[in-house]
Amino acid sequence: MANTVLATPEVPFESRGLDKKQTWWERLRKGDEVVHLITLAGGWSILVITGLLVQHLWVYSRLSRHAFGWHFLVDSTWDPVNGVFGAWPFVYGTVVTSLLALAISIPIGLGAAIFLAELAPRKLSNALTFLIELLAAVPSVIYGLIGIFLLIPVLFNVVPYFQKYFGWLPIFNGTFYGVSYFSASIVLSIMVVPFIISISREVLISVPVSQREAMMALGATKWDVTWRAVVPYARQGIMGSIFLSLARALGETMAVTMVIGNVAQVSTSLMAPGYTIAAVIANEFTEATGDLYLHALIELGLVLFVVTMIFNALARLLMLTMKGHEVVG
Amino acid sequence: MSASYPPLSRKIINVAMLALTGLCTLLVLAVLLTILGYLLWKGASSLNIAFFTKIPAPVGQSGGGVENAIVGTLKLLALASAIGVPIGLLGGIYLSEFAGGWSAFTIRYTTDLLNGVPSVVMGIFVYTLVVLPMHHFSTMAGGIALGIMMIPIALRSTEDFLRAVPRSLREGGLALGASKSETIFTIVIPAAIYGIITGIMLDIARVAGETAPLLFTAFGNLYDSPGWMQPTASLPVVIYNYAISPYDVWHQQAWAAGFVLLSGLLVISVVSRMVLARGKKLSHG
Amino acid sequence: MKPFDLSQLSRAHEVRFSSDEPADEKLPWPQFTVADLNFFYGSHQALRGIDLIVPNKRVMAFIGPSGCGKTTLLRTFNRMNETIPGTRVEGSIRLGDKDLFSFPATRLRRVVGMVFQKPSPFPKSIFDNVAYGLRLDPSIRRNEIADKVEQSLRRAALWDEVKDKLHQSANGISGGQQQRLCIARALAVEPEVLLLDEPCSALDPISTAKIEDLLFEIKNLCTIVIVTHNMLQAARVADYVGFFLNGELVELNRAKQIFQNPEMQQTQDYITGRFG
Repeated sequence: MANTVLATPEVPFESRGLDKKQTWWERLRKGDEVVHLITLAGGWSILVITGLLVQHLWVYSRLSRHAFGWHFLVDSTWDPVNGVFGAWPFVYGTVVTSLLALAISIPIGLGAAIFLAELAPRKLSNALTFLIELLAAVPSVIYGLIGIFLLIPVLFNVVPYFQKYFGWLPIFNGTFYGVSYFSASIVLSIMVVPFIISISREVLISVPVSQREAMMALGATKWDVTWRAVVPYARQGIMGSIFLSLARALGETMAVTMVIGNVAQVSTSLMAPGYTIAAVIANEFTEATGDLYLHALIELGLVLFVVTMIFNALARLLMLTMKGHEVVG
Repeated sequence: MSASYPPLSRKIINVAMLALTGLCTLLVLAVLLTILGYLLWKGASSLNIAFFTKIPAPVGQSGGGVENAIVGTLKLLALASAIGVPIGLLGGIYLSEFAGGWSAFTIRYTTDLLNGVPSVVMGIFVYTLVVLPMHHFSTMAGGIALGIMMIPIALRSTEDFLRAVPRSLREGGLALGASKSETIFTIVIPAAIYGIITGIMLDIARVAGETAPLLFTAFGNLYDSPGWMQPTASLPVVIYNYAISPYDVWHQQAWAAGFVLLSGLLVISVVSRMVLARGKKLSHG
Repeated sequence: MKPFDLSQLSRAHEVRFSSDEPADEKLPWPQFTVADLNFFYGSHQALRGIDLIVPNKRVMAFIGPSGCGKTTLLRTFNRMNETIPGTRVEGSIRLGDKDLFSFPATRLRRVVGMVFQKPSPFPKSIFDNVAYGLRLDPSIRRNEIADKVEQSLRRAALWDEVKDKLHQSANGISGGQQQRLCIARALAVEPEVLLLDEPCSALDPISTAKIEDLLFEIKNLCTIVIVTHNMLQAARVADYVGFFLNGELVELNRAKQIFQNPEMQQTQDYITGRFG
């Protein structure tokens, strides 16, 4: 089918302007370099902000760092009047409330995630997950409100019965004032449970079918398959969600401030009022008189920053290795 | 496989554990519904017209509202968006379209870390950055704090939605003689625009409820706050201050403010998901 | 640019003639002149010493098994490969009598248009899809655009099907219509060459037939280079066919010749389905 007829006369290239010199306007309009540079500035501003953040926390905590050194973390005296600052009550309160919150929310969150990923029909699961993720969108100060006016009155009715039977345990004895480590932990557990559910569910869903089939072929029950094949396979992502939740619990401010009692003491009993790092910053920052006081509070911020960054970095690393999972929040 | 396998004990464990996971789900849902229901009940019963139109009444007097806090929150969010959205968009475009190798990794990782900085620490940072040099609290400082907090999510969600635009569309533009930047602005961004808008709306909803960073930046104000250089009231801070106060009148106001704030957030959340759904519908015919 | 002799189509490959055609058939001037072209994706060499001429206003098809380099060569003609990081090209390609790599790539791609394997309409209206390339050129007046869009859609045999829904989303039409829309989009800027990368592989037979008909219509408007898996399609639409294997051009010949009486054993094996 050789075509020997030339249908239309050809157009010489020159007339198509291929050779024409580029005007500066065309060069600018087509200029990828300009756009590259402007967007690069946007991207790098993240690094600048983070760098400034670290620098400011470091510089504005220098008086306290120089005065107390590492003792700052383990001394129990917090006496603004005499200019003696030790952060141990806050560190203790932060660790206790966060760990207790995780102890409550991990089993419940993991259970719900297993139900949503393995048992519930996908449509129902998606709808319920949407609802649960709404929990994560509720502002912290509203959890505090609920904590003060709904949770604590309920606890006043429940805790005495509890203490009647378990009061002999040091962690449950003492007078219950409502505001306490325990109340703060419950509020915190409600706040982090959506993260555990949402991320763990995603991870569980993405476990390949082959992992399940191998055990199902051996006649294992649904629970056996889930608990011995699916969950172990997904443990990295689940650990990631737990670290992320821990970082959030450690840094959570308003809700804890409103229900923990804000007393700078170290108590064995979970029913006693306490304090956390974030709460003391929120309460005393605007009232801090004198540079040393301010610097001590900012050093608390530095401590909080470093600790949450460590757990966040661990969480991201764990989840980075599990490809294809976007982290909520 | 014989009929007796798995053994009865295993079957019982199976049913029990599966039921337990269902109970966990129910528990979480019950907590959610309790919180929403209680807030609705307490909040709606405390609402009235004065709440939206009047500034706070003096301590001990009934009446008054939080008009100044509503206006303050809107101003703070406007300023925060003016800072966070452009930087987030540009950074997202950079990560998705230009960055490669270690530069992309560093920025992405740093963004995720910045997102995890406790909000109270962000408050300290902006206090030292803006409030100390200016010697007073201001709407400006509060807006900057919220704006910085907006950047990570705006950036990462923009990046994700841009990345989801198939390579075939970019090649289609390039093959017609568009430059890379023309392709980005006339094809890639329009194709992802609904997702990007959704991400930004959710981002605004997230910072709208932030309280801790405002305590030492925007501070609070019992009156209206003209301009950008004076301390301002905001809904979250009002909720906090009223909730820990000993006055029942203020508790009522705190519930009403909580109700208004959460309703606003939920409306934004639902509307943004509708925007996303509409975008999906459009791009799939 | 001068007409050239069929025997010059490739320095490396002898083009044979069947008895019923004149041996000294004159071809129009060379659209592309490829000489000793090598192409690398990182360290992997995808093209080895390619040497051929694509004649103006003719249809040339590239066939061969997957990964043989035919698409890579096609994408070199409008320098789309440059958009993939880590690629490198050696050797020369001339567009007419000018070095292909001497032009700005964005201008070159308006002269050498391309249609891809998967229909990829922009998520815009049908009209805006076709007008996209026109609007990139500020020298095209706004009031000309509607006419040019209609003309292009007519050339792509799509006008009658979409004239009532020009402002609806291009994602709402069928796959075959989408592919013809992509052809219309490419034709709108009046390219001298149209590159088609397996344009029908994602389409049903009826849509495929429509696109093949369309190629016959537009082959006197521009030079067409088509990559295809489908040998019957190559036989139907092409004047000349190049067979590629492992990055090398094994044989270049008239379509009729290559399917009826190929010169190389490897070509014979491929067209009789012994591999690929």
